[in-house]
Amino acid sequence: MALGVSTTNQALPRAERTAAPGRSRRRRFKSIGTPYLLVAPFLILFLVFFVAPIIYAAYVSLFVNRLIGGQHFVGLANYGQVLTNPDFWDAVRRVATYGVIQVPLTMLVALGLALLLDRRRLRGRTLFQLGYFLPFAIPSVVSALLWGYLYANSFGVFAQFAKDIGLGQPDLLSPGRILFSIGNIALWASAGANMIIYYAVLRSIPAELYEAARIDGASELRVAWHIKLPLLRSSFLFTGILAIIAAFQLFNEPSILSASAPGSITQDYTPNLYAYNLIANAQQYNLAAAVAFTLAVGILIATAAVLLVARRKKS
Amino acid sequence: MSHITPASRRWAPWSGRTVANAILILMLVYFLLPLLWLLISSTKSNADLLDTFGLWFGHHDALAANLKSIFSYGNGVYLDWLRNTAFYSVTSAVGAAVISTTAGYAFAKFSFPGRRMWLGAILISVAVPVTILIVPLFLLLSRMDLINTPWAFILPSMVQPFGVYLMLLFAAESLPNEILEAARVDGASEGHIFRKVVLPLLAPGFVTVLLFSFVASWNNYFLPLLVFSKPSYFPLTVGLAEWNSQATTGGVGAGYATTNMVIMGSLVAVIPLVVAFLLLQRYWQEGLTFGSVKG
Repeated sequence: MALGVSTTNQALPRAERTAAPGRSRRRRFKSIGTPYLLVAPFLILFLVFFVAPIIYAAYVSLFVNRLIGGQHFVGLANYGQVLTNPDFWDAVRRVATYGVIQVPLTMLVALGLALLLDRRRLRGRTLFQLGYFLPFAIPSVVSALLWGYLYANSFGVFAQFAKDIGLGQPDLLSPGRILFSIGNIALWASAGANMIIYYAVLRSIPAELYEAARIDGASELRVAWHIKLPLLRSSFLFTGILAIIAAFQLFNEPSILSASAPGSITQDYTPNLYAYNLIANAQQYNLAAAVAFTLAVGILIATAAVLLVARRKKS
Repeated sequence: MSHITPASRRWAPWSGRTVANAILILMLVYFLLPLLWLLISSTKSNADLLDTFGLWFGHHDALAANLKSIFSYGNGVYLDWLRNTAFYSVTSAVGAAVISTTAGYAFAKFSFPGRRMWLGAILISVAVPVTILIVPLFLLLSRMDLINTPWAFILPSMVQPFGVYLMLLFAAESLPNEILEAARVDGASEGHIFRKVVLPLLAPGFVTVLLFSFVASWNNYFLPLLVFSKPSYFPLTVGLAEWNSQATTGGVGAGYATTNMVIMGSLVAVIPLVVAFLLLQRYWQEGLTFGSVKG
C-alpha cells in the first residue's frame, strides 16, 4: 500500500539506469521557486482544511461550555465522559460486530466472483464485470433509500414476496435485524469494487504459471488455492483495512434508515451518528470533538493491529 | 479420443461449469435488481407503489407526473439541489485535480527544502479516516463563519491527499527526466514545460483524480449535512434525505414530499453517475487498482 517512488523506478530499463554514471536515476531538478509555486495551492488548503481542523478540534475537546462564563478548561474530562458512557460503547460494539461480519463476507463474495470470472472460455465476462461493479457508482444515500424501500414492511419487495408464498412478513428493519440489513447494503455497494481489484491482480499473473500447473494435472480449485490466493495477499490486506476503517465510520446508511426505522436506529447508533447528533441536536461541540478523536485513535489502533497480525502470519 | 470430447461437452446440470455460471448469473441479478426496481418504481404513482408488485409496472404510467412533481415541488427546490450538486462537484473536482497534479509533479520531479517532510505529512494523511475529519472541520468552519456558504463544501473537498499520492506515482512513472531536461536546455520556461510537456503526459492520471473527486463530492452526505442548514444550499444527497424523512413521517398536504418524489429524485440523481461510469470505465478501474496492484 505505502510504497515509494523507488519501486516504480525499478521497472525502468537497465540501459536508462546506467546511462548517466555516477548520478542517481532518482535525480530531481533542484529549484526553489518553481516547486514551491506548484505545491503551494495544495499545501495551503491542506494546512487550512485538513491540519488546522484537527488541531482546533483537539483544543476544543479540552473545554466545556458553561451557560455562565463560557468556555472552561477541563483537561481530559470530556474524554472521560465519552469513555465512561455506556451508549458510546454500545455504538462501538455495534460497528465492531458489523465490521467482523460484513468485512470478511464482502471480501469473500468479491474473491468468489473474481475467481469465477478468471476462467478460460467464459462468455459475457464484460457484462458480469460491469454489472457487479455498477452499484459502486450509486451514492450511498441513494443505495440506503433504495434498499430501505425494498426492506419496507408495507410495500417492500421482500414483504410482498413473503406474503405471496404464504409466509409471514419478515421485519428487516427490526432492531435485531437492521444491522444485517445495513451490512447487505454495504456489501451490495462495495463487493464489485473489491472484485475489480482482485480480478486485476489475477489478470496480472502470467498465464504460463497456470499452464504449468494444469499440465501437471492440477484442478482449477488447486490452482486457485495454491497459486491465485497467495498472490492476492497484499490486495486482501489493502481492501480489508479500507473496509474496517469504513465500518468504524458507518454513518450514511443508518442515518438514512433511521427515518423509516426510528425505533431501531437510536441517536447514538454508531459513533459517528453520536458525534453528529451531539452537534446537530445538543450543540455539544466540545464533547463531539472528543468523540471524533476517540474514534480516530480507535481506528488507528485497529488498523495497526490488523497490520501486526498480518505481518506475524507472514513470518 | 474423438468420441469422448463431444460427450464431455454436453450440458451436464451439475458440472462445475454449470454451477459456476449459475452463480455468476444469480449474483448479476442481485446487483442489478435494486436498480431495476428503481427504474420500474419511477413510473408508478404513490397508490401503485403500495398496491402493485414491486418488480412490475403499475396500473398507469406516472413517469411524466413524477418528473413534473419533483421539479415543481417547493418552488423548484430540486433543481436548486441538482444545480448545487453539479456546481460543488465540478468546482471541487477540477480544483482537486489541478492542485493534485501540480503538487504530484513537484514532489516527483523537483528537490526542494522541506520536500521529505511535506511528503511524509501527506502520506500519513492518506490514512486519516475522512469522516473523522468532518466534525473537526465543521467546528473550524463555523469559527471561520463559512457555514452556509458554498466554500464550506468546495474548499475542503479540494484537499485529496490520495490524489497527490496518485499523481506523484503517475509522474514518476510516465515523465522521463530526459524530456524535461531537453526542454530546459532549449530554454523553455517552467510554465511552458508544464503546459506543453507535463500536462499532456499526465492527462490519464489527471482524469482519474478528476473522476474520483467528482464522484466523492457528488455522493458526499455527512459534510453538507453539517455545513448547510438552508435548503437552497443543499446538494441532492441532503435534499433527498430530507424528502425521505418527510415522506416517512407521513405528513399530509402540500408541505410534505411523498415517496414517489423520493424515488424519482433518486433516479435523476443517479443518472449522471451511471453515464459517467459507463463512459469512463477505464478510469474507474484504473483509479481503484492503481494503489493496490502496482504496489
